[in-house]
Amino acid sequence: MSEMAHTDFEQMLRMALAPIDPPDDLKTRLEFTLQELTDAAVDELEGWELGAMRDPRNWVRPVVATAVGATAGTALVIIRVRAQQKKRAAAARNPLDLVQRTLRAAAGEARKLARRD
Amino acid sequence: MEPQDKARLDREFSELYRSHLRDVYSYAYYRVGNHHDAEDLTEQTFLQAYRHFERAQAESHGRPLRPWLIRIAHNLAANLYRDRSRRPQTPIDATTVLSAMHTTEDLVEGRDELARIIAGIKHLPEERREALIMRFALGMDNREIARAMGKTDGATKVLLHRAIKQLQEIVTVP
Repeated sequence: MSEMAHTDFEQMLRMALAPIDPPDDLKTRLEFTLQELTDAAVDELEGWELGAMRDPRNWVRPVVATAVGATAGTALVIIRVRAQQKKRAAAARNPLDLVQRTLRAAAGEARKLARRD
Repeated sequence: MEPQDKARLDREFSELYRSHLRDVYSYAYYRVGNHHDAEDLTEQTFLQAYRHFERAQAESHGRPLRPWLIRIAHNLAANLYRDRSRRPQTPIDATTVLSAMHTTEDLVEGRDELARIIAGIKHLPEERREALIMRFALGMDNREIARAMGKTDGATKVLLHRAIKQLQEIVTVP
């Protein structure tokens, strides 16, 4: 086939495989979902107020949000870290020690999740 | 991660999303052949991309992320076919996918040659079809296609050449 015919054929292929615009409802749905994920991350960090930090039950979420960047895996890390919170509290010598243990556990779970991905 | 880093990452992901939504959707549509599955595939692609964006950005060393996005869509589409092939009640035959892509009326508007090309694409091996979709629907160059398909630039060039040649033969055979 000549060079000209080859070019024409590629032009026809380009027309046959024209880009397809995504439907508007897909855009709306996807942007909403992505916005929700982004907002969840911001909320985690904004909610980390000093007053709330007096209660050890409030430590896990912000710690995890900071450690893993509040990606889709955040919820899983929170569940795993919370599951062991009582055991850590019993083993901790003081509140600072408990914070350090919780941080280490969150980082460990985040690493496990990252390796699994 | 510091809040400002997270905000920057989200901003950059939004840009990636806006720049390549049509690419991912086009790829998904030509790959699966219907809007319903193409929407699912596009949605899943961006959600998975969001999860791994930070790592992908760090490993890209400034190179465009479109091949990475298309590779995610490619893997998800492969999983979709694999899952469906295990369920006999909803069979999906790869060779029939492209026949559902366009009706003659809505796209080719009576142009016989385009209709023959569209019909011919479905007879190509899957890898050649994918390469053609990336080149002609998405306008990707050889290097981008190579990265998306996990091939060398040279192998991609040969793949595209053979795909076009085979399609020409299919289309010109009376």
